Amino acid sequence: MNRDMSYQSVMSRRNEIMKKAVGIDYERFESKGIAFDYERMMRETGYTLQEIQKIQSETGVGNTPIYELKNLTALARKLAPEGKGARIFIKDEACNPSGSFKARRAATSIYHAKKKGYKGVIAATSGNYGAAVASQAAMNGLKCIIVQECYDSRGIGQPEIIEKARKCEAYGAEVVQLTVGPELFYTFLKLLEETGYFNASLYTPFGIAGVETLGYELAMQFRELVGKDPDVVVATNAGGGNLTGTARGLKKAGAYNVKIVGASVNLKGLHMASDTQFNKKSFTTGHTGFGIPFATWPDRSDVPRSAARPLRYMDRYVTVNQGEVFYITEALAQLEGLERGPAGNTSLAAAFALAQELDEDKIIVAQETEYTGAGKHIQPQLTFARENGVDIIIGNPDEEVPGENIILPSHPSQIKARDLDLDRIKKSYIKNCIETTKIDYVTREDIDFLVEDTKSNEKFVKQILDELGVKY
Amino acid sequence: MNKAKKGDWVRIYNVVLKPEERAPQVPDDTKKVPLEMWVKGFLLNEEARIGDEVEIETYIGRKIKGKLVEINPYYNHDYGKCIPELLFIGKQLRGILEGGEDNE
Repeated sequence: MNRDMSYQSVMSRRNEIMKKAVGIDYERFESKGIAFDYERMMRETGYTLQEIQKIQSETGVGNTPIYELKNLTALARKLAPEGKGARIFIKDEACNPSGSFKARRAATSIYHAKKKGYKGVIAATSGNYGAAVASQAAMNGLKCIIVQECYDSRGIGQPEIIEKARKCEAYGAEVVQLTVGPELFYTFLKLLEETGYFNASLYTPFGIAGVETLGYELAMQFRELVGKDPDVVVATNAGGGNLTGTARGLKKAGAYNVKIVGASVNLKGLHMASDTQFNKKSFTTGHTGFGIPFATWPDRSDVPRSAARPLRYMDRYVTVNQGEVFYITEALAQLEGLERGPAGNTSLAAAFALAQELDEDKIIVAQETEYTGAGKHIQPQLTFARENGVDIIIGNPDEEVPGENIILPSHPSQIKARDLDLDRIKKSYIKNCIETTKIDYVTREDIDFLVEDTKSNEKFVKQILDELGVKY
Repeated sequence: MNKAKKGDWVRIYNVVLKPEERAPQVPDDTKKVPLEMWVKGFLLNEEARIGDEVEIETYIGRKIKGKLVEINPYYNHDYGKCIPELLFIGKQLRGILEGGEDNE
């Protein structure tokens, strides 16, 4: 086989490689314009919730406990106006086999890969998902390759990513470590082509359907524990799959009135593909560097149509700062006796602030935690930040400048959930739809799709189309 | 130890893309440097020294060539150094909960 392995040539074979590696013909769900049949894609290529529950239970995934964080709730009430301060709960997803909710996504993907006869799986990820795929592959007897964006050009890597490589290797996976850059995708495609393995993408219907059990469990657990659905569920948002799957699962449980809040760590100003800025951040996921681009253009992922579509489900999108998440991680250990990884506590930092806006009888849930350990812990991450020229300061978190400093709040009352303008993000998404499809006329079907995909209404979509000068 | 023999667990290095081959959309600072890659595996050559071009078999059995950079590679991430700035948090929070601080 003498195929041209140059960058341009491999990239041009992208669709052909992907079709073989995920086994989904996405064209079946496409229209001629913007619209595609999302629900039909989820139905025909995914599994039912009951099937997924069975698949996951066979490898010990899911049914994680929820805890009421009584001391953090008491603290929030001390800081909130009279009568405010919702009960704060957390779903302890760190209890999954690989230490995070990502085991849910991996379980479904790997089950599917095995059923379809693939000998191995490949995933491109520097985060918990790699560990989840490697763990599930080990359980199912499949080979596994994890491709990581790991180092800057000095060969220096974030302790959190190095730890993830260790965990993947502990499960018998091969870990391919790269320096910074979007061309990771090129290496990824070459590996898929060379091995014929399954692309355990985070963004296939299998992956997202895997998270639906999380949302479903939340509704069931709260009904059993307090007799009602939670009022607000906060999901850490990066690529959008966590939020999408959780929201879909809640709906499948009939919990239609739960407000879904996305939370990301604010890394404004840092370019994710920059060699010199790569090690200036202390969060490798759950941040705005993924959250915003994936919300405004979900189909940028490694499959033609992403099943993670956060704007479809999000009621509110907030950011928290790095120092606030580190502070709340320390608070969770000190007040609740739960030592968990920082990135997973992004939603908890937001929930702690949002609880203070809600009445005392309301319930707010941070829907995940992740494991902690060497490298993946506040101390090594702050040590790394300091060694890479980032100042660690105790002060006012509002003054934090990503890449320059990390400000630990001098008082918990300074922890805030800062709203992003969701309408602006929706507008940007619609604009990207127009620019990508290069259409000059939007059909009835497209409008209906855009309304659903942005959780908005016809008036909103038409107003944006008018602003963009697009006919419909 | 800078000499490895067949079957030793080693780490190899490759340049995937030279600076001039990098994707058009990468930022300028990234465009100045190559895309580099590291993989671990069992050495297939009879013996090799650091810096030699070698072939390895990865843990899952894939064969790949590259420059030998490390023999018996190990993880050196840890729990970091003391961050004195974190030490006040637990005491502060307990103080507030015990009512020792006025928070109006």
